[in-house]
Amino acid sequence: MSSDVSSLVTLAQTEPVFPEIQWAALSPTLIVLGAATLGILVEAFVPRRARYATQLVLSVLALAAAFSAVIVLAVGDYGTSEALIAGAGAIAVDGPALFLQGVLALVALVSVFLFAERRLDPAEHGRPVDSFAAQPAALPGGPAEQQAVRAGWMTTDVFPLLLFATGGMMIFPAANDLLVLFIALEVLSLPLYMLCALARRRRLLSQEAAVKYFLLGAFASAFLLFGIALLYGYAGSLGYARIAAVIGGTPPELDPALAATMGNDALLLIGGAMVLMGLLFKVGAVPFHMWTPDVYQGAPTPVTGFMAAATKVAAFGALLRLLYVVLPGLRWDWEPVLWGVAILSMVAGAVIAITQTDVKRLLAYSSIAHSGFILAGVIAVSPDGVSSALFYLAAYSFVTLGAFAVVTLVRDPQGEATHLSKWAGLGRRSPLLAGVFALFLLAFAGIPLTSGFAGKFAVFRAAADAGAMGLVVVGVAASAIAAFFYVRVIVLMFFSDPQPGGPSVVIPSPLTVSVVGLAAVVTLVLGIAPQYFLDLAGQAGVFVQQAAATAR
Amino acid sequence: MSFPLLTATAVAPALGAVVTAAVPSARRTAAKWTALAFSLITVGLAAAVLIRFEPGGDRYQLTESHSWIADFGVRYELGVDGIAVAMVALTAVIVPFLIGAGWNDADHAQDAPAARRWRPTQGFFALILMVEAMVVMSFMATDVFLFYIFFEAMLIPLYFLIGGFGDRAGEHPESEQAKQRSYAAVKFLLYNLAGGLVMLAAVIGLYVVAADDLAGGGTFSLQTLVEARASGELTFAESTERWLFLGFFFAFAIKAPLWPVHTWLPNAMGESTAPVAVLITAVVDKVGTFAMLRFCLGLFPEASVWATPVVLVLALVSIVYGALLALGQRDMKRLIAYASISHFGFIILGIFAMTSQGQSGATLYMINHGVATAALMLVAGFLISRRGSRLIGDYGGVQKTAPLLAGTFLVAGLATLSLPGTGPFVSEFLVLVGTFSRYPVAGIVACTGIVLAALYVLILYQRTMTGPVTEAAGKMRDLRPRELAVVTPLIALLIFLGVFPKPLTDIVNPAVNHTMSDVGKTDPAPAELEARK
Repeated sequence: MSSDVSSLVTLAQTEPVFPEIQWAALSPTLIVLGAATLGILVEAFVPRRARYATQLVLSVLALAAAFSAVIVLAVGDYGTSEALIAGAGAIAVDGPALFLQGVLALVALVSVFLFAERRLDPAEHGRPVDSFAAQPAALPGGPAEQQAVRAGWMTTDVFPLLLFATGGMMIFPAANDLLVLFIALEVLSLPLYMLCALARRRRLLSQEAAVKYFLLGAFASAFLLFGIALLYGYAGSLGYARIAAVIGGTPPELDPALAATMGNDALLLIGGAMVLMGLLFKVGAVPFHMWTPDVYQGAPTPVTGFMAAATKVAAFGALLRLLYVVLPGLRWDWEPVLWGVAILSMVAGAVIAITQTDVKRLLAYSSIAHSGFILAGVIAVSPDGVSSALFYLAAYSFVTLGAFAVVTLVRDPQGEATHLSKWAGLGRRSPLLAGVFALFLLAFAGIPLTSGFAGKFAVFRAAADAGAMGLVVVGVAASAIAAFFYVRVIVLMFFSDPQPGGPSVVIPSPLTVSVVGLAAVVTLVLGIAPQYFLDLAGQAGVFVQQAAATAR
Repeated sequence: MSFPLLTATAVAPALGAVVTAAVPSARRTAAKWTALAFSLITVGLAAAVLIRFEPGGDRYQLTESHSWIADFGVRYELGVDGIAVAMVALTAVIVPFLIGAGWNDADHAQDAPAARRWRPTQGFFALILMVEAMVVMSFMATDVFLFYIFFEAMLIPLYFLIGGFGDRAGEHPESEQAKQRSYAAVKFLLYNLAGGLVMLAAVIGLYVVAADDLAGGGTFSLQTLVEARASGELTFAESTERWLFLGFFFAFAIKAPLWPVHTWLPNAMGESTAPVAVLITAVVDKVGTFAMLRFCLGLFPEASVWATPVVLVLALVSIVYGALLALGQRDMKRLIAYASISHFGFIILGIFAMTSQGQSGATLYMINHGVATAALMLVAGFLISRRGSRLIGDYGGVQKTAPLLAGTFLVAGLATLSLPGTGPFVSEFLVLVGTFSRYPVAGIVACTGIVLAALYVLILYQRTMTGPVTEAAGKMRDLRPRELAVVTPLIALLIFLGVFPKPLTDIVNPAVNHTMSDVGKTDPAPAELEARK
């Protein structure tokens, strides 16, 4: 090192190296994010009258194209033999990533239908309305809102928001670099915070939900970011492969700037724990579940359905990759912790759900319990564990979407009738709808011949195979507790007499009908003939890992 | 490939359920005839199974085997041994009578204003057929996982049958009754679901052990598992086998039901209509005792022997406790429920006595108890429907105004207390002989159950049918032709089984011998008995 003045500036010796980007392998995400950007432009330039139709068509096309792209990649063996790390080590294209991206694209596609439903409420001022406030910031029912409704304003920007969130979710489980992970988290979270606040009915509850979600979410993000910083200090890199290599005891050359900290186990343990915390928050596992019931209850129901199904898929994907690719060397440290988290989630979710009187809160606690079940598969640390968790996520997300779609249909003059007492006798008034909802509840409870049972069996089998019989026993006990409150809802719907002045079931447009129908079909098919999908998840059960030598 | 007869036997009622449910709301009579027709088709198919079955042939016959969920090692495997054939025949025979007896049971619900879309009559018969299909499947499944699926899934239609179609003749006002009913339905479901989930843990555990030991990977195939067990390829650690046995046994004991997990049965039988009560006790509960024979003894013979003392004591408690509580009941349906608990005690005693007479007796007992309880409960249901009360104290002198009703009630009651000449006598005798030859003390205690049975049946008859004609009995109509058509064949069957049980024992005995060799037990030689004296 000379101290010449000229050394302050060096001349480039070579042409700058541009990283090679595998555009084709990244196409699913790129399509969705591109369409989202296009959606923003639509908001700006397309006449108000045409926006709804334009956005709807654009979103559906984009998500369908993304799904097709996933299929093309999967057929091209990108999930197995051709798996690669794309985008200069930032994003993995492998089995789990493609499987989850496919599920996410489908879930988002179905959610678009729910978002677009405009027949649930009577038209206001001759204009059909959806679940979202025309002027969310205005006082509910105040003059500003009246004006907005009369002018036919619609929050058609929910569609690009949904696409952005989906794009983030699709990167989340594929991220192969902690910084990309963090960016994906923010890209998926920020639109969700906004979507939560947009409910047309019960605006205050909705805004409260959004604030809670935002504050707690920001908190979790901060944890994640701090954890990332500590891990960087430990490994001198943000790349998954490099961190794994350092943990594995083969540190490449020391970075002189980090010589003091590199390889310091305290940094690794604290950093790893913080990153885990951030992900467990998104998953909604106890003790990081506090936001779930409030947000599920307050958010507009289509958003809740999307969030409940898709966020869980994305977050579990990221969690799986982190644990299996980055932290396998720490297995003996995180396994007991996750045991505790899984047991707490299963038991607390099931027990607290018993006392709930609001159907959306009930489903929220049930989702917490389900996080626990999926964690049981995650803990197995085997290809079976990964594929069982993947299968469970696919099964669970469709049941959840279906259940929330049903919730949007049971209404009284105040909007959705989410209080359970109002569901009494629903089975006598609308046997078909109540029957379908009962099917979803039975799937949640894990009754044979539904997808819930196949998923639960797969997860528990993987856990038992890995020697975690204790988790299986706790899971079975929690299932028995959980069965109680699912059954209670069925009792209420079928064996109680309808209340006078109770809610009615509105006849929705084909959009919602197709959502409920599709969810019911998926629930039954995955329950009765799950083999094909288990195979699919089984093939997708291997993560790609960069060779340590090429990792940066 | 030959015609899948077993599958057809299960599919027929399932198809019937779908067709019945699809009958339009106004055509409820058509729905009833549809249901009856499909249940009779099932009888025909079951008869075909019975005819094609060769008692001296292979252990499992008419087998079908297809891959289903390869990833879990689950196969769609059906097969019947002698015991299963008998149980399938029982189920198929009983159900048409239930449909006949419950002909008008759901109509009152149909008349309610909100019921047009709900279609209770169609639902009632469709659910009964659905339960039949699932019970038949669980008798025929030779894959543990396949069995488990139907064992669990049958709870759902039953739950709706109990909770949705109550007996209107309770001692409470209408609103209170609805509560009682849904309480009974929920209690039924939670007990059985809890048992089933514990079994699920054991099923998974079984798979894990099998996946470790077997060359072909994990499997649920009963035949493969039992053979691997016998050849020593599959070995359980002692504690593992005991835990797995307990997981299975717990579920079956709840279903059977065995004291102390029996408490759901009186509620469920009391609050449901008579045909549904019969469906529960005569058909569905038999899956529990049947599964003890097929799965507990077949898969975990050593643990079964280990658990025998405890199970025997529980069975004896069931016998005596059930009989004593039956004596104390005011409600005649609950009385029959407690009597059933006592009888299930006998069945379980016979199974775990580990003698061939005991197990043959237990199998015959399942059949005879099914027919006898069906006859008694259905006649009681006819009686209740006339007066609108389940309380024994509300009746008296019925035999003077409705002699046919009283007569059939008496014969059914005598069969229940195992009078010689009726079917239950044969089976109870065999169980007692079988028990006595190995456990004399248990045999003696069990005999008290017979004495108590005579008491509760005869007192029931005396208080309802004899004595001065009460106001209620004065207007009582005798049995209608439909009701007679239901009861007469059942009673004829009871007497036939009592006088000439040989066809049945011929079918059952070879299967029992297989089970005995699974457990590695032989009947105690007479010399051993001599030595004990």
